[in-house]
Amino acid sequence: MSVAVRVIPCLDVDAGRVVKGVNFADLRDAGDPVEMARIYDAEGADELTFLDVTASSGERATMLDVVRRTAEQVFIPLTVGGGIRSTDDIDTLLRGGADKVSINTAAIARPELLHEASRRFGSQCIVLSVDARTVPADGRPTPSGWEVTTHGGRRGTGIDAVEWAARGQELGVGEILLNSMDADGTRAGFDLAMITAVRRAVDVPVIASGGAGAVEHFTPAVRAGADAVLAATVFHFGHFRISDVKASLRAAEVEVR
Amino acid sequence: MSRIVVLDYGSGNLRSAERALRRVGADVTVTADADAAMEADGLVVPGVGAFAACMSGLASVDGPRIIERRLAGGRPVLGICVGMQVLFDLGVEWGERTVGCGQWPGTVERLKADVLPHMGWNTVAAPSGTTLFHGLDPDTRFYFVHTFGVRRWELDPAEHLRPPLVTWANHGEDFVAAVENGALAATQFHPEKSGDAGATVLQNWLRDIVG
Repeated sequence: MSVAVRVIPCLDVDAGRVVKGVNFADLRDAGDPVEMARIYDAEGADELTFLDVTASSGERATMLDVVRRTAEQVFIPLTVGGGIRSTDDIDTLLRGGADKVSINTAAIARPELLHEASRRFGSQCIVLSVDARTVPADGRPTPSGWEVTTHGGRRGTGIDAVEWAARGQELGVGEILLNSMDADGTRAGFDLAMITAVRRAVDVPVIASGGAGAVEHFTPAVRAGADAVLAATVFHFGHFRISDVKASLRAAEVEVR
Repeated sequence: MSRIVVLDYGSGNLRSAERALRRVGADVTVTADADAAMEADGLVVPGVGAFAACMSGLASVDGPRIIERRLAGGRPVLGICVGMQVLFDLGVEWGERTVGCGQWPGTVERLKADVLPHMGWNTVAAPSGTTLFHGLDPDTRFYFVHTFGVRRWELDPAEHLRPPLVTWANHGEDFVAAVENGALAATQFHPEKSGDAGATVLQNWLRDIVG
């Protein structure tokens, strides 16, 4: 037996409410992230991820309240991402009950943040979130052909995505959340080539994200080197459930919880 | 109701430990107060991050002495994650050697595995007679997150009337996942983050060790 591949649902949270909440039969309030977290926990989620998409900084405190209430009721690891700018932001979330934080834009602006954060809080709770896409025809080429983006994939940075993941590991992060912006939203399957390339470049765990559209998509992502698989839409809209993904992985002799 | 103190020395997800213990019926206080830590029915020593940082944080609240004195009186202590690691003699992280509490011989060092940290849900092999894992199936999984671990158990069982019970797990190689040694118990995994399985471990500790 070895460590199980983790299946991680992600919830987009705006000002304390789940974005585009869909009411399942067994759910009282699909807009309540705490309620959704409980449902996912009961379905066998191995971790939970909240992505704070709140635009106004004045409502940031709302996310902290969500984290606190979730940590009171759900006893599996919780990662929070979105809008984290400083080690003080991280401290606040960890004290509130988050187990890990994922950092994206702020690390691109100032990579040392990753080093400072992993030294202060430990590598195990710092996740580098990499939103990567194929460099567009009019963009500056990168060695791997993929570049890091910001603003939900709309803005290219010219930074090589694979090199950036490796740099994150050097700076001390404990995990890479690899989100393929090419695959994101297509529901056509994970970006296997990108997972393979990043897996070769780092030896911290890699969470694959972007493109999940069918239960059959998850096993290839694991075979390509993902230690964990993350999805939002397919779980959120009830296309299939976490237990279905696990059954599919198990049938392919992938170890799951 | 058992009175439990979660030692607050600036490390670990204290809120999670507090909530998980409360969930299984403990009266929990999170504090660095030495008297409270000494008098509690059970003391939980959490810990995440670097061995050296945890050891220095622990020392700043007189943690090693509190643990020592509690154990001298047979009063239960539970170490979690790095809170388990610091109970050993020595931690070696990135070439830095830090002396631990020395309750058990052995060294905490980097695991030999392809992917580190060891992050996620893994099984454990508990010995017969285990209290902590009582009632749990062998395929039960617990949540681990660590890069360093105890790769060799160095206590000679022949020297002990009741040798400690050692539970192992595997990630690249075998490492110590839990130790049950009279009043002193510890887990490398996070029972407070291991869902219902973790709750059972905490409940077993509360009921059968703290009493």
